[in-house]
Amino acid sequence: MKKLLHSVAAVGFLASTAYAVAQTEPAAHGAGDQGIHLAGEGETQHYPLLKPTEEKWSFAGPFGTYDRGQLQRGFKVYREICSSCHSLNLVTFRTLEGLGYSEGQVKTIAAEYDIPGVGDEEGRKGLPSDHFPAPAAQDPPVPDLSLMAKARGVTRGFPTFVFDIFTQYAEGGPDYIHSLLTGYGKTPPEGIDVAEGTHYNPYFMNAAALAMTPPLTPDTVITYDDDTPASVDQNARDVAAFLMWAAEPHLEARKRMGFGVMVFLLLFAGLVYLTKRKIWAATPH
Amino acid sequence: MSGGHSTYTPTSGLGRWIDARMPLPRLMYDSFVAYPVPRNLNYAYTFGGILSLMLVAQILTGVVLAMHYAADTTLAFHSVEKIMRDVNSGWLLRYMHAVGASMFFIAVYVHIFRGLYYGSYKAPRELLWILGCIIYLLMMATGFMGYVLPWGQMSFWGATVITGFFTAIPLVGDWIQQLLLGGFAVDNPTLNRFFALHYLLPFMIAGVVVLHVWALHVTGQTNPTGIEVKSKTDTVPFSPHATAKDAFAMVLFLIMFAWFVFYIPNYLGHPDNYVEANSLVTPAHIVPEWYYLPFYAILRAITFNIGPIDSKLGGVLAMFGSIAVLFFVPWLDTSKVRSAVYRPWYKLFFWIFVVNAIFLGWLGSKPAEGWYIPAMQISTLYYFAFFLVLMPVLGLIETPRRLPNSITEAVLDKNKAKSDAAAAAAVSH
Repeated sequence: MKKLLHSVAAVGFLASTAYAVAQTEPAAHGAGDQGIHLAGEGETQHYPLLKPTEEKWSFAGPFGTYDRGQLQRGFKVYREICSSCHSLNLVTFRTLEGLGYSEGQVKTIAAEYDIPGVGDEEGRKGLPSDHFPAPAAQDPPVPDLSLMAKARGVTRGFPTFVFDIFTQYAEGGPDYIHSLLTGYGKTPPEGIDVAEGTHYNPYFMNAAALAMTPPLTPDTVITYDDDTPASVDQNARDVAAFLMWAAEPHLEARKRMGFGVMVFLLLFAGLVYLTKRKIWAATPH
Repeated sequence: MSGGHSTYTPTSGLGRWIDARMPLPRLMYDSFVAYPVPRNLNYAYTFGGILSLMLVAQILTGVVLAMHYAADTTLAFHSVEKIMRDVNSGWLLRYMHAVGASMFFIAVYVHIFRGLYYGSYKAPRELLWILGCIIYLLMMATGFMGYVLPWGQMSFWGATVITGFFTAIPLVGDWIQQLLLGGFAVDNPTLNRFFALHYLLPFMIAGVVVLHVWALHVTGQTNPTGIEVKSKTDTVPFSPHATAKDAFAMVLFLIMFAWFVFYIPNYLGHPDNYVEANSLVTPAHIVPEWYYLPFYAILRAITFNIGPIDSKLGGVLAMFGSIAVLFFVPWLDTSKVRSAVYRPWYKLFFWIFVVNAIFLGWLGSKPAEGWYIPAMQISTLYYFAFFLVLMPVLGLIETPRRLPNSITEAVLDKNKAKSDAAAAAAVSH
């Protein structure tokens, strides 16, 4: 047991030291004043050009919870901007109560949508049990956003991915969405060609530029019903949080249960250990 | 159990009645209560119990998940999301099952490495070891097929790549691949048969586990000294001693399990698997689950043709060979001494092997380009050299340290050294 504790302590110490070292290490990269690493001759260019910035999220960490106000603001951004092209197929209106809306408010929101009829059936107003209806199909096709906050993640690299276990970093998706939405409008570095009809964005995972036109611009900032100052950054932050909720609606229940389970397991481990020690007390081993 | 006579005496009338007809309680008593285990087992020996726990946990969560899952390419992805969103505690079941698979592999790797370190495969435990290798193979097949079921992008493309390996085999390769897929590409028949097999294989694992435990109880456990049990003082009864120690280790393991399930449930998965399978869009990097990564690196290390064997077939052979070689370990190791504790050189190369295996895993997650390729090749070379060169040669040339005469002597020496040190420390203060 002593040996076990020692090794646990040693691992913890090593991990924390390495973490501290990695944190203080300056972001050393090659070309560009933006810290972008461009592939040399004969090398493969890797994307994204820039890693997403790590933001503070209310739902991070062992006691994380969604900020209901933020979710409602993010929902507004989704409705007024994203939803004109992107569907949210897996989400039902009734689950919007998770955003802090009352049953009545959910009914009202659902009724604002038209649900197309199937076959001979006529279209009708939305009900809480309905899923979000999809906008008209786009060309080229655009991804559904229901799981976007879990379906995107930039490789963290060694040793960061090891520390992520201990820091419980699980916000790669919202970080990516926020960085991508605020990453437009920069000048591409020398040697990066931006194809016709695409927009340069160093945070895009698969290339240097993407087909999506900048959805959030200073001219089209979505203002809020609460007194939160609106900006592109705030819009991006709020919609990223909303998409995290859409992808993981039971996050709060999960973390709450996790705390109970952890407390139980730790106490139980202590009791089992004492039992084990008593059983083995008379037996050198 | 090992030729010892049973000490079970039923106390009730019903107990005697059953014992005379079908002595299952006697078997249980002899196997998990009175069964003698070496007194010096450390925590590395608790992973067998942990693995049994994980197998049961996977089967239980899996059976409930199967009640809500639809094995149809048009429904599978959405049925999993329905479990995550609408089924009561569905998110918990699914995360327990997905993370549980990874925990199962963490435990099995510790268990295998423990076997390699303490020479647990040596006579008379060769069959015990081989049964373990079979379980590991079945686990890999089960894990792979399970990963296909959510029908995400990595499910689809992982299945495409892995079944594609078989086409490298001359003559029968294409036939095998089509048999696995139920067609010419990964599609609905593939999903259906993978689901059927994913449900079947865990019960086959359970069957082989019974044989594994049976073989274990015939030969008895090894122990850190590698010396066989010689007298009654070398052992303690399984219950309560091993039961309590195993239970404590299981709870610690469950704490780690819970950490992943409740706080970072998607850490060990791939984001692309939250995108529904699409045969028209290939992901930028197709990577298997983390527990196959070392073998994936070995596969891609062979970038050159070897005589008539082209690099593709060479890679596949190297990958299958890296697992097949495990079956021959009992005969590759020529050392008379079992435990690495008394083998200074083997110990060193063993730890290099562990580090190398982890490094191979990391390389497996990298694209095959630049310096990764020579690194994969050197690591692969060490992987095979460890089994095929170091194991046979070290056994012949290494001078082992002096072995204690018995487990009891080893334990008492260790405790004496400890109390001497404590006494010395007390005096010096």
